Formats: sequence, structure tokens, C-alpha cells
Amino acid sequence: MSVTPLAAALAIAAAWLAIAAIGVCAPHALRFVAKVLYPLGALAGLALAATALVAISQPPDETVLPLGLPDLPFHFRIDALSAFFLLILGSVTAGVSVFAAGYLRPGEGTLPGVQCLWYHLFLASMALVLLANDAYAFMVTWETMAVSSFFLVTSDHRIAEIRRAGYLYLLIAHVGAIAILMCFGVLHGFGDYTFASIRQVELTPFWATVAFLLALFGFGAKAGIVPLHVWLPEAHPAAPSPVSALMSAVMLKTAIYGMLRVTFDLLHTQIWWWGVLALAIGLLTALFGVVFSAVQSDMKRLLAWSSIENIGFIVVGFGLGVTFAAYKMYGLAALALTAMLYHCLNHAYFKSLLFLATGAVLHATKERGLGKLGGLIHRMPWVAWLALVGALAIAGMPPLNGFVSEWLLLQAFLFTPNLPDSYLNMLVPVAAAAIALAAALSAYVMVKFYGVVFLGQPREEKLAQAHDAGILERIGLVWLAAGCVAFGVLPVQVITLLDFVTGPMLGTNLSKATGATHWLFLAPISAERASYSPALVLVGLAVLTGLAWLAVRRFYHGRVRRAPPWDCGYPLLNARMQDTAEGFGQPVRQVFEPFFRMTRELPSAFDAAPRYRVTVEDHLWYWCYLPVARLVDRLTGFVTLLQRGRISVYLLYSFGTLLVLLFLVR
Amino acid sequence: MLSEFSWAGASAQLTEILLAVLLAPLLLGWVNQCRAWLQNKSGPGVLRPYLMLRKLMAKDAVVAHGASPLFRTAPYIVFGCMVLAVAIVPTLGTDLPYAPAADAIALVGILALARVFISLAAMDIGTAFGTLGARREMMIGFLAEPALLIVLFTASLISQSTSLATTVETLSHRELAIYPSLAFAGVAFTMVSLAENARIPVDNPATHLELTMIHEAMVLEYSGRHLALIEWAASLKLFVYSCVGIALFFPFGIAQGGDAAGLLLALPTLAFKLAIGGFLLAVIETLSAKMRIFRAPEFLGTAFMLAVLALLLHALLET
Repeated sequence: MSVTPLAAALAIAAAWLAIAAIGVCAPHALRFVAKVLYPLGALAGLALAATALVAISQPPDETVLPLGLPDLPFHFRIDALSAFFLLILGSVTAGVSVFAAGYLRPGEGTLPGVQCLWYHLFLASMALVLLANDAYAFMVTWETMAVSSFFLVTSDHRIAEIRRAGYLYLLIAHVGAIAILMCFGVLHGFGDYTFASIRQVELTPFWATVAFLLALFGFGAKAGIVPLHVWLPEAHPAAPSPVSALMSAVMLKTAIYGMLRVTFDLLHTQIWWWGVLALAIGLLTALFGVVFSAVQSDMKRLLAWSSIENIGFIVVGFGLGVTFAAYKMYGLAALALTAMLYHCLNHAYFKSLLFLATGAVLHATKERGLGKLGGLIHRMPWVAWLALVGALAIAGMPPLNGFVSEWLLLQAFLFTPNLPDSYLNMLVPVAAAAIALAAALSAYVMVKFYGVVFLGQPREEKLAQAHDAGILERIGLVWLAAGCVAFGVLPVQVITLLDFVTGPMLGTNLSKATGATHWLFLAPISAERASYSPALVLVGLAVLTGLAWLAVRRFYHGRVRRAPPWDCGYPLLNARMQDTAEGFGQPVRQVFEPFFRMTRELPSAFDAAPRYRVTVEDHLWYWCYLPVARLVDRLTGFVTLLQRGRISVYLLYSFGTLLVLLFLVR
Repeated sequence: MLSEFSWAGASAQLTEILLAVLLAPLLLGWVNQCRAWLQNKSGPGVLRPYLMLRKLMAKDAVVAHGASPLFRTAPYIVFGCMVLAVAIVPTLGTDLPYAPAADAIALVGILALARVFISLAAMDIGTAFGTLGARREMMIGFLAEPALLIVLFTASLISQSTSLATTVETLSHRELAIYPSLAFAGVAFTMVSLAENARIPVDNPATHLELTMIHEAMVLEYSGRHLALIEWAASLKLFVYSCVGIALFFPFGIAQGGDAAGLLLALPTLAFKLAIGGFLLAVIETLSAKMRIFRAPEFLGTAFMLAVLALLLHALLET
């Protein structure tokens, strides 16, 4: 009997659960946990990726497991959409877990075994979220994911700031979860909660809209769309780096998966303004994220804000896809959704690569403030050169992967003039301009990140002792960097996979909609219209660069003389006089001033101990969150009126309730 | 278009690339000479950039202590990017076998790649000037790049293609109707080109006053053959921008298809257009003063708005 992909995927989730259970049995055995359990988890990830690759081209398969409550068994199903996200989960986990095997150190945060428990529980719950086929199983696994990641975020729970970050994360995760629960409540009509029967329900446009908005809110809270993003720059940096990598790379994508599942699978029709709303939110998120990441001076916070930006890109693609689908332009919807799914894959790779690189830097230097790093390319060449691949990819540089999805998204934007609504026709190209701005800013951010951390001179004495990453860490980084290059150079092959995903959602896919494909050229619409061949760009670049080098050597010489850098005649230059991260963010602070809530502290000319300080905060925190918090605080004040703290009063309440009930049932 | 590969096309393409690489410094020399004439100076002669390149190539490269391999590879990568950009842009003819590899959006990407590398290399030594230059260059970049993309978008919406060769073919075949969108796009493109090529009013290529430099501050640590390559790449960049401008706004005379006679005829046309363009650039540089660095966002913001306006005009009037 052959094993079906669904059975294999469930078995892998079970294997992760088993690893979690073994880990907690040996909480102190660091070597065992790190060198046996994490690599096993990575192997399971590889197996999951292979399973997903098989499953993506096969028809959907479903099963019922006798787990859960007596009348509510868990339903599971694997189709192309879930298989694609399982592929992301599995393949990224393979890299991250191998890195984590080399990353774990004694005496950091929670015990290694307990960490292993939460880590693998987190992985298993993400896999099961993607496999769930009824609302009950979905919510249970969704909550498991939230709780396990909460414990991972708060590994260093002795630090008050991290406890606060974890609390904020848990709070917003649950506000989102309530919205998702209500969304399923609206969707199921009066049938049961399996997705199969939800698909049968015909909702009126009003209720469909309610369901969509709830889904956008609920999943948006998990994905970190503006204005529900405040937890993300707190929680992602607080977690240990492999966990930050997984949260940014995969957990945010499960929220995107949820949006797609509800909008294109469980709901039957789309309304055009849903897409426009998502588009607007996505644009705001992308701009907000990138502008804030440009002014950060903590490397992990910078990356977390950059995740918000990338989620913005993805939501923009989603919104565009919804709008096109609502107007029955399925070929263009396939283009937009392909761009968006491609970006999900890309972001998973380059963001986890960069988070892991910051982890390696953190271990080598014990520093995460950009202002105390610098010059690490000499001390940590492996990490530095691999991080360069990630930084260039995230900045959207050809021929790496970030550029492909950006290119596809811009191509989708170029088709919006075909929309039947003339107002939209005019507004949407402006959105393309905003996307172009965000993309250009992300290059700025990455130059800042990479330049300040890895280039220049070491800003602190102790950086001279920094050591490069170990062999396991290198393997993890190389795996992810190889993904960034491969998906960048072979877009046609990736899109062949994505066609299986967009096909069932829209009834057509990119290759079918455009007719021909060519193995070397990416030409999503037609070759006359647009084509891009990253492989040829890479070859051209390599050949031209090589030729330039050879020609210079052949006709001239390769002599090099070393000298101190030019100091303008001022001999007392030191490493602290380099530009700081704050300095590098200054143009963005100035150009985008309305985005920030800034407080400056400047000393007067006569200060004996002058202090320069600038803090940059988020307006939305003050405009949206604090008023809500105050309101809740006031409301709970009324509750304390009831809560007197004396047992006689509580007995009186019970007695009163009893009387009322007796009166009612009389 | 994708499968048609001909040796004639390939040799024409190679000739065009070689011509561009060899003639790009001449364009720079011409602009400098015109500028000198406009300022009542006799000028260094149009061949000055070649002599400069030869001198720099022959000298030893002085590399600062603490420079990483990135610093030494960046000039070659930047040069490679610029030559690659030349290969995509139709200069003499539109029959470019390599052009399908990258369209207008990819061209912007390749130029951005060069910018990122030179900025990273500038940060590599760790002096204040390098980082200052890098930060300013990246600022100009993030302001100019969206405007450039929108200009290219406007042209591609008119021609229904982002491939530069197809755009040129469509635009040069249109009836002599006036496209108001292209007029706005043209102004925006001019402003972007000034900024991207480090010309007055955004940057001054002749300055060595440290506080006002952008491009020069970045390449302060380079010398010898590295500096030669960077200077050469800068002249190629000017050439690429000029050719993109010609292709989008004055495409008449670019050979369609790959016949040799058309290409031969296109060469003097291109030289004429470049000479006029270079002269106009010198006029702009002579008539305007360099602005403060934080005026640049306003300048490029205007370019961005003009480009968006062009796009809207196209959506409103021309569809």
C-alpha cells in the first residue's frame, strides 16, 4: 500500500509532536537536544517539503481523524494551496532547524528541552493549521500555534521588556482569533463546521462582506497589517533568532494562507471593493513598514519592520487578485496571485536568512544595537557574504528572488487600466507608484543594515573577538541563501508549481491564461509585452564582470598598495566617528517626518554632560491603542464596583441570581 | 521574439555594446567641453576622459587598510551592470537578441544593483565621508527610482509593453499625435536623469568640497584602476540614461529590424541626438546652481509628481 501525501504530512506533524515530547523528557540535555532532536526536526521538515512537492500536483485528499471532542472529530485535507504553504514551512524549517542545532547555547533563556518542546509544537501546529479541514480543528491548531509561539517569544522571560512584548503579542493574537472565530460563525450558515459544508453555503453579499472583513481583520492581526502591526516589532526581536526567523518566514504566511482560504475557497464570489480595501491597507502597510525599518537602530527590530513591509506587498497582491477576480478577469487575477504567492516564498527565504544571520552576529558579539557593530565582514566572512545574498534579495535586486515577485507585481499593476471602472483605472497606477517607492526604500534599508553591521570598522573593541558561525549554522544559512538564488534564477519553474495553486482557486492559471511558456524566459503575458530572464541576466553580469577583470589584468596590471584611509589631514580619526545607524536613518526621518512621532533631546551649549537623544515612535500607538486601552481600563473600573472582595457580598449575588432564575423559570 | 536568434543580430548587438563602451567617455568629454565653452573657458578637449582613464589604469591602486574584498570587486560589478544596461537599451537598432532577458523594470533593477554595490563599497572603509556619500546616494536613489519607474510605466502603457525595444518600435510608428503624458514624463525623466547622474543641481561632478559631495564622497577612497572603472561606469550610466531618453521621447531614426544599412544610418542620427542632448545638459548645468541636499527631496518629489501626472493624463485622455 502506498502512503498518500496527506498521511505522510500528518505523520510528519506527529513526528514533530513526538520530538517535542522527547525534548521535554530530557530538559537539561543540551547536547542531545541540539545535536539529535533539532537535526531530526530538520529532516522532518525536508520530508514535509518533499511531500508537499508531490501533493501540489495531485487532486485534493481528505481524511477524518478520531481525535478531538466526541462528536467533533478533526478533519484534515491537503490540496494545492495548503501543499504550497507546507512546502514553505518544510523547506524553511529544514534550514532554520539545522541552524538552531548549532545555535543553542547553555544558560540562555528557558531550558533547552522545554525550548525544544515549544519549538516543535509550534512547527506541528503550523503544519496542522495548513491541513485543517474544519473550523474546529483550525481554531484549535491556530490557538496552539499562538500559545507555543508566545512561550518561544518569552524564552528570556526574566527581562521585563520581553514579558511585555509577549503579553502584547498574546493579546493581539487573541483579538484576531476572536475575529476569525466569528468569521467562521458567519460562514457556516446553519450547517456544521467542516469546510466541505461551509463551501456549500450560499451567503448573501452582506454576510459575505461581513465574513471577508472579519477574516481580513483576524488574519491581518496575525500577519501584522497596519494598524494591527504593533506587536510585531516587539515580539519578533524578543524571540531567539531561529524563532524570529520561523515567525517571520512561516507564521505570518499562515495568516496569508487563511485569507486566501476564506476568500477564494470558502466564499464563492468576491466583490471588487474588498480588493481595493486590501490594496489600500497593503500599500499603507508596505510604506509604513519600510519607513519605520529605515529609522531603527536595533538590527532585529529593523528586520521585523521590514517583515511588515513585505506583508504589505503580499496583501497588495492579494487585493489586486481579489479585484481582478471580482471582475471575472481570471488571467490577470492569476498573475496578481502568482506574484503574491511568489513573494510569500521569497520572503520566507530571505527573511529567515537575515534573521539567522543576526542571530549569529548576536552570539558572536552579544550586541544587537547597530551602533555597536561594524566591520564584521572580516571576522565573520561566512555570515557576512551569505547575509549579502539575503540583503540583496530583500532589496529587490536582479537576478535574485525578491526582484522576480516585485517584477510580477508591477506587471500586474500595468494591467489595471483594463478594469471596467474608470476611477479605479486612475487610482491604481498611483498605487503602483507607491509600491515603487516602497521597493526603492527597501534597498535603502538594506544598505543601512548591511553596511552598518558588516562593513566599516568595528565600532567596539570587543568585536575583534567575534567568531564566525559554526558548521551547522553555516549549513542552515547556505541552504536558505541557495533558495534565494535558485528562486531568483529559475522563476519559470517556480511558477509551474504556483500554477497548480492558482488553478483551482480561479479556474485558470498563469500558464494557461497566457498560452506558452519558455523554460528560460519569464513572459507572463506575452513575449512582446514583457519578458525577463534572470538566468541570462546572471550570466551576462558574470561574463561582463569577469571580462572587465580579465581585460584590466591583461592590458594593465593588478598591483595594489595598502595605505591608511584618507583622513582630511586630521590624524585622530577613530571608529566611533563613522556614521551611525541613526545618522543613516536621518534622511528618511526628515523626508517622511509626518509618519513619525519624534521626541528630540538636545543639550544646550553650556551643558556639562550633554546628551543627544532622539526617539522615534509610532503615531498609531497613541492614536489607536492607548485610547482603547484607556477605555478598557475605565470599563474594568465599573467591574470592580461589583468586585467587593467580601464573601458575604458574593453570596448575596448568588442568592439574587437564584431568585431571578426562579422567577424566570416559574 | 524569444526564439529568433540570428548571428547577424548577435553581431550587431555586440557591435553596439562595444561602440557604447568605447564612445561613452566621449559623451562625457563633450558635455564637459560644452560646459567650459559656456563658461568662457577654453576647456580640456573632448578626449580628456580617455587620457584620464589611461592615466588611472596605469597607476597602482591604493587600497585602504581594512578594506574587504567587497571594496575591490565592487568597481567590476558596477562596470558590468552598466555594460549590461547598455545591452538592453536600443541605441542603434531594435533588433537586440539579448534584450528579452530584461525589460524596462529590470533595467531599473540593474541600475539599482550598481547603486547598492557602490554604496556598500563606500561604507566598507568606515570613514565618515564614505558613509555620508552612501547615505546621500541611496536617498537620491529612493527618491529618483520611483519617478523613473513611473516614467517607464507611462511609456509602456502607451506601447502596451515594458520591453524597451517594443516600446521604441511602437513609439516611432505612431502618428504625429501629441501625447501630453509623454511631455510630462519627459520633464520628469530629465529631472531624474540629472539626479541619477550626479549632475547640477543635485550634485556637482566637479566639486571636491567635502560637505557638498555625493558621488565624489562615495568614491573618495578609490584610486587607480578601480577609480578608472568607476569613472567609466559613470560615463556609461550617462550614456544609458541619454539613450533611454532618446528611445522614449525621440525614437525616430533608430533602425527597426537588423539590416546593416539601417544601423549605419542610425549611427550619425544617434551621434547627432547625443551631441544635442549633451549640449542641453551643459546648458542646464550652467544655468542652475547646486541646491542644498535637503532641497533634493523637493526637486525629485516634483519629478515624481510630474511622472504620476503623466500616468494619470494617459489614463484620462489617451485611452
